[in-house]
Amino acid sequence: MGIIKARKLVHEYIRRDEEGNVEAIQTALDQVDLDVEQGEFIAILGHNGSGKSTLAKHINAILELEEGSLWVDGYDVSDDTNIWNVRQSAGMVFQNPDNQIIASVVEEDVGFGPENIGVPTDEIWQRVENSLRSVGMLKYRAHSPNKLSGGQKQRVAIAGVLAMQPKCIVLDEPTAMLDPNGRKEVLKAVHELNREKGVTILLITHYMEEVTGADRVYVMDRGRVVMQGTPREVFSKVEELKKLRLDVPQITLLAHELRQEGLAIPQGVLTQEELTEAIEQICRSF
Amino acid sequence: MSIILDKVNYVYGAGTAYEAQALKNVSLKIEDGEFIGLIGHTGSGKSTLIQHLNGLIRAASGGIYYNGEDIYDRDYDMRGLRSKVGLVFQYPEHQLFETTIFEDVCFGPLNQGLSKKEAGVRAFEALNCVGIPEELYYQSPFDLSGGQKRRVAIAGVLAMKPEVLILDEPTAGLDPGGRDEILDQIAKMHREQGITVLLVSHCMEDIAKYVGRIIVMNQGEVLFDGAPEKVFEHYRELEAIGLGAPSVTNFLHGLLERGLPVNARAITVEAAKHEILEMIAERKRR
Amino acid sequence: MTLCLSGGVGKGKRTGKSMIRDITIGQYYPGDSPIHRLDPRVKLFGTLIYIISLFIFKGVAAFVLAAIFLVAAIKLSGVPFFYMVKGLKAIVVLMVITGLFHLFFTQGTPLVSFGALTVTREGLKNAALMLVRLALLIIGTSLMTLTTTPNQLTDGLEKSLAPLSKIGIPVHEIAMMMSIALRFIPILIEETDKIMKAQAARGADFESGNIFRKVKAMIPLLIPLFVSAFRRANDLALAMEARCYRGGAGRTKMKPLCYRKCDYAAYAVLFLYLASMIALRFVWIRMSVFLEW
Repeated sequence: MGIIKARKLVHEYIRRDEEGNVEAIQTALDQVDLDVEQGEFIAILGHNGSGKSTLAKHINAILELEEGSLWVDGYDVSDDTNIWNVRQSAGMVFQNPDNQIIASVVEEDVGFGPENIGVPTDEIWQRVENSLRSVGMLKYRAHSPNKLSGGQKQRVAIAGVLAMQPKCIVLDEPTAMLDPNGRKEVLKAVHELNREKGVTILLITHYMEEVTGADRVYVMDRGRVVMQGTPREVFSKVEELKKLRLDVPQITLLAHELRQEGLAIPQGVLTQEELTEAIEQICRSF
Repeated sequence: MSIILDKVNYVYGAGTAYEAQALKNVSLKIEDGEFIGLIGHTGSGKSTLIQHLNGLIRAASGGIYYNGEDIYDRDYDMRGLRSKVGLVFQYPEHQLFETTIFEDVCFGPLNQGLSKKEAGVRAFEALNCVGIPEELYYQSPFDLSGGQKRRVAIAGVLAMKPEVLILDEPTAGLDPGGRDEILDQIAKMHREQGITVLLVSHCMEDIAKYVGRIIVMNQGEVLFDGAPEKVFEHYRELEAIGLGAPSVTNFLHGLLERGLPVNARAITVEAAKHEILEMIAERKRR
Repeated sequence: MTLCLSGGVGKGKRTGKSMIRDITIGQYYPGDSPIHRLDPRVKLFGTLIYIISLFIFKGVAAFVLAAIFLVAAIKLSGVPFFYMVKGLKAIVVLMVITGLFHLFFTQGTPLVSFGALTVTREGLKNAALMLVRLALLIIGTSLMTLTTTPNQLTDGLEKSLAPLSKIGIPVHEIAMMMSIALRFIPILIEETDKIMKAQAARGADFESGNIFRKVKAMIPLLIPLFVSAFRRANDLALAMEARCYRGGAGRTKMKPLCYRKCDYAAYAVLFLYLASMIALRFVWIRMSVFLEW
């Protein structure tokens, strides 16, 4: 079994009025199946309110499982006795960097997780140092988080999760509140963790450019998984993505439009290099 | 109507350890009816600059003239300026406070001294303008989705009928669908009502798609100021200060470097497609 | 940063916000000085002793000693003196009121009169004494908070008060709440600033009118602030749970508190200080007896 396996996951948010009668039911997850292997880099795409954050919270056992089944690192999430094991195996990074940093000094924040799971003091220090080094924030260890940029704060948050030595990290729109440089910093850190430490990554985002480096992409809409495949497969469906209030990277879009004009350009072009190659080929053919 | 900035300087935290010059000799002229994109990385001084334009921050030296009047004149009507130059801050939804959407949008007009009835008319127009359906008017603003809240907050500024509308990253954190809706509505207002718009954005693709002039800020100074095609010709310098050009422009420059005779001025997907087709047709003819 | 609101531009008005910014209590100044490295319990206890010493001892000599002690500690901490004084700005009003109160309402030998108000010799002395006392108190407390991270501080409190948990007082929970509150103070101050500006851009006026109008004008500021604080609290609770936080039981410490040699040395210095103050007190009493006689 892979590190994450979900079968027919359903989650409903029920709003009640003052007397406790059901006022509205919103289906955030609708029969979601998910299979993630150890070491994969998975991207989950979807517009705001498509259910992707709800899915993330289930993987970290923050929401209660109501319908369907979910295993994280072999632990059945519906079993309450597994809750701490699940949270330790699957770390979570949230959108707002300010609202997830607990301590007033960077290193103390990174040590918070290990403290909670009862790691001995000496080992906490080792883990804090290693985690901060992995995200390139070691030299800021004695700083106050308030003086850091958004991208740096988010990397501290990642280090905080990393210090718990999870097998998998779920990042719920970690770049939504960052500027382009911060976004690049965070993505670079996440890709490095995946490549060098073999940490499984679940990146939830609505920035299409962040998806191109993933192994597989799930696209969600109204609580359902509506598309899945490699970035190339997903991005070759330009029209469908637009209908889902998503878009594709400019280069992919340009390639798509040129293809529509009858040029011999392959489907699902992801990078500048690929498109340059394709156009050079066309020019050489005359 | 115009806004003129004459050698504006501003220093943050003067006399403290964190002293930093946020604006250095900034001189600018903003003409009536322009659609301007203001770009610069975090800390480049763009937020400081826009807060000068409606008098929230006072320049340390230099002058600002609105319609030829010195806004630092002793008897200048500063509150009047605030309603003529509408400023929408980043994450404006965080300023919502009233019990209903409609009342919240009325807040600005009422502060202007309008009667309840007049304010209501303004609110109605503004909400209509940002595309909030009427059945939502008497709901709590806190029950809306993120994109809707954002639009209500923008309506709160629009209801003051500003002549100039300044928006600080109005699309931050929104999904592509929400982003397009807001930018399209702003563009429509600019087109139909002739309102002057100053758009601060980190997204070069958005800037390229909408604006008629770009002002680039770097370290408190105006680095470039001109038509988008002209400014993006400096794509290398822009990259050096953490900005860059739209990815299609970068791509065209890449083709040019590979020896393909393409016109690299295009900054949108549509224009880039045109240029590439042109080049290929030219090749065929030879 | 100067923030001017609603027509206040250029009139040199100071707003409440810039005062909030001046409070240095709860703001940590990073460093690696001997003072920074001291056990927080030493610093807590030391501050307590220092405050007590300021209030039970009289006489110029005692205050000179107290000031020297504080200046030496500040020097040792490496925190710029400017930071300490900044803390005073926040209580300037309180200090002025206290000073005036003592100046005018102390019985004794009259010096000058302003109508019904009379400045007495004793009043002048008392006022000066009180101001010095307050200044030393605030600077002393700031020194502790500037050199101790909020987490260390709460750790220190938690450990010092640990026996209380046996009688059912949730010491760990209280300590955790305090450290989180301290972490969020600067964030909420910044947020207040942002919302104030945003509402000012919509024509809000926080300054003019009577008290009643001013209170009413705060609503557009306070509601968004509360909403945001609750949202942050909710987010933070999730983030803490996600990182396996489940109360104090079974937790280990990254920075466990244990006294080292330098802490014992610091205690020795503290007691030496206290002893000197007590000695000075006796000297002072004898001197005053001598003088009166």
